Amino acid sequence: MLARIKEILGIEAKPETGEVASEEEVEKVAEEKPRPRIGYIHLSGCTGDVMSLSENYDILAPLLTEMVEIVYGQTLADVWWDDENPMPEMDIALVEGSVCLQDEHSLKEIKEVREKAGLVVAFGSCAATGCFTRYSRGGQQAQPAHESFVPVADVVKVDLAMPGCPPSPEIIAKTVVAAINGDMDYLQPMIDLAGTTEGCGCDLQLKVVNQALCIGCGTCAMSCQTRAVEMLNGRPEVNSDRCVKCGVCYVQCPRSWWPMERIKKDTGL
Amino acid sequence: MVLGTYKEALSARATDKQIQKISQDGGIVTALLSFALDEKMIDGAVVAGPGKDMWKPEPQVAMTSEEILAAAGTKYTFSPNVWTLKEAVRQYGLEKVGTVAIPCQTMGIRKMQSYPFGVRFVADKIALLIGIYCMENFPFASLQTFISEKMGVSPDLVEKMDIGKGKFWVYTADEELSIPLKETHGYEQSGCNVCLDYVSELSDLSTGSVGSPDGWSTVLTRTDSGDSLFKQAVDAGIIETKSMADVKPGLGLLEKLATDKKTKNQKTIDDRIAMGLPVPFKASNEKEDPLSNY
Ligand SMILES: Cc1cc2nc3c(=O)[nH]c(=O)nc-3n(C[C@H](O)[C@H](O)[C@H](O)COP(=O)(O)OP(=O)(O)OC[C@H]3O[C@@H](n4cnc5c(N)ncnc54)[C@H](O)[C@@H]3O)c2cc1C
Ligand code: SF4
Ligand code: SF4
Ligand code: SF4
Repeated sequence: MLARIKEILGIEAKPETGEVASEEEVEKVAEEKPRPRIGYIHLSGCTGDVMSLSENYDILAPLLTEMVEIVYGQTLADVWWDDENPMPEMDIALVEGSVCLQDEHSLKEIKEVREKAGLVVAFGSCAATGCFTRYSRGGQQAQPAHESFVPVADVVKVDLAMPGCPPSPEIIAKTVVAAINGDMDYLQPMIDLAGTTEGCGCDLQLKVVNQALCIGCGTCAMSCQTRAVEMLNGRPEVNSDRCVKCGVCYVQCPRSWWPMERIKKDTGL
Repeated sequence: MVLGTYKEALSARATDKQIQKISQDGGIVTALLSFALDEKMIDGAVVAGPGKDMWKPEPQVAMTSEEILAAAGTKYTFSPNVWTLKEAVRQYGLEKVGTVAIPCQTMGIRKMQSYPFGVRFVADKIALLIGIYCMENFPFASLQTFISEKMGVSPDLVEKMDIGKGKFWVYTADEELSIPLKETHGYEQSGCNVCLDYVSELSDLSTGSVGSPDGWSTVLTRTDSGDSLFKQAVDAGIIETKSMADVKPGLGLLEKLATDKKTKNQKTIDDRIAMGLPVPFKASNEKEDPLSNY
């Protein structure tokens, strides 16, 4: 199964002896790697990120049951924390949503997650950059005072950021598999991104066009998830009324960072 | 490795007379996209189609050979083809998309395939990526300026543009004009000055004019799928080939131009790094192979 998942994801599979891996071989591979304990923490997010995870239809069942052990979460598993039930130790905590500074419970929970988890992943743009929760003004029932939402890294140390509103099902699966395999090369850009908490369409202008790096390729406009970016005379034009500050356009631009080694590996070139 | 990893280098052209007539060089891009469409390897292609203004292309989803043919010919200004890949998948519902891309666009597409952060189910639909060689690209206003001011002809009268033999050429119905490339330098977009890829090193196969005689193209087949498509097209008689060893000026010129581009632009990268400006590529002293594309 591990080999099949890797094949689906285009991640190099272990050399196999026979044509098709036998059940026993699969089990052996699965046994070789201890199943990481995963927690899913839901702060101020819309559940879109975990919905995206669940869109990995082909591999979801084996991913959740054979490759990882879900030890915490309200959506994927019926486990959460209160004063009687301590939060379990986790290898990887996927944190969805930003942190509401007026919400005592969220602040307490994220600090507890940081204590209990090996790797804290800002899962999705709300967790990574604040995304559209950056625009919150409060005044809403049932919590009128809730108006200040910050990315997770503003409050606790984040190890890995996976932006996207939501992140694509593929990047989620690739990241989980890379984490299981300890493939740090693949994860490195996400480790680097953990320090980027202020994504915005204006990054294209400030960090690419103004820096004499833009080449009008259109990758930013293709990747914008709200169609806030258009190409005008070969340069990105951002409609700030549509931009939700997810940061994906800049992350996807070939002139922001360039993973040549990984691409060579993936294409075989 | 100045040309990237490739399986075979050949000189080639499309056998179809109509393609030969309107394509830029050997008509390889048009012939291969049409062939891939006929063979159902792709079910549509994103090309640099005609736009509202002459010579200012707009990316277009081509669903027929006629539409692919209508996009033949090089436009020396931006056509953000990558932008339209998502539209091809979402609005047109294509499952297997083909496209043509200059090297930097190829880089955008490959990065998106390896790291599809916000790009949901598009990466797996890119079935064919034909790369074209590229030394530099011009903003549309640059093109208009040097054609009208330096060459003294209205861009509207121009029927074909070309770069070759160290010159920028334009052809009107009754004239053939050229200026040395020296005079177009400074009009290119500055992003091109840090570009280390001349021959679309990460495409499925790449093609351009350099190395082959007029009317022919130099083709580098790269991935298994690119190589196999090309061989099928040759077997089907869509494309005819000659050995690179038998044509002039040959692969040597291509290697020389690719080396020149990389050497010059690596220096710009080094200078930028020394000034503390961002650039996503490494300084020459950090690289094992100074001609590599990162
Ligand atoms: C900006 C630029 C610079 C180039 N520089 C060189 C060079 O230095 N040396 C060299 O050998 N070749 C260069 N080329 C490639 C060359 O001009 C031809 O495009 C290539 O040889 C393909 O010719 P063909 O007859 O096979 O293609 P055709 O059958 O004529 O088809 C051309 C294809 O290119 C696409 N296209 C046209 N303009 C653009 C554009 N601006 N962006 C993206 N796609 C486009 C069209 O959609 C069409 O499908 C350059 C191309 C461009 C766009
Ligand atoms: S992705 Fe980057 S280089 Fe490409 S058009 Fe957008 S800003 Fe410019
Ligand atoms: S422009 Fe689009 S992709 Fe970029 S940050 Fe805004 S919403 Fe996100
Ligand atoms: S020189 Fe490089 S950056 Fe400039 S248009 Fe060509 S491929 Fe793109």
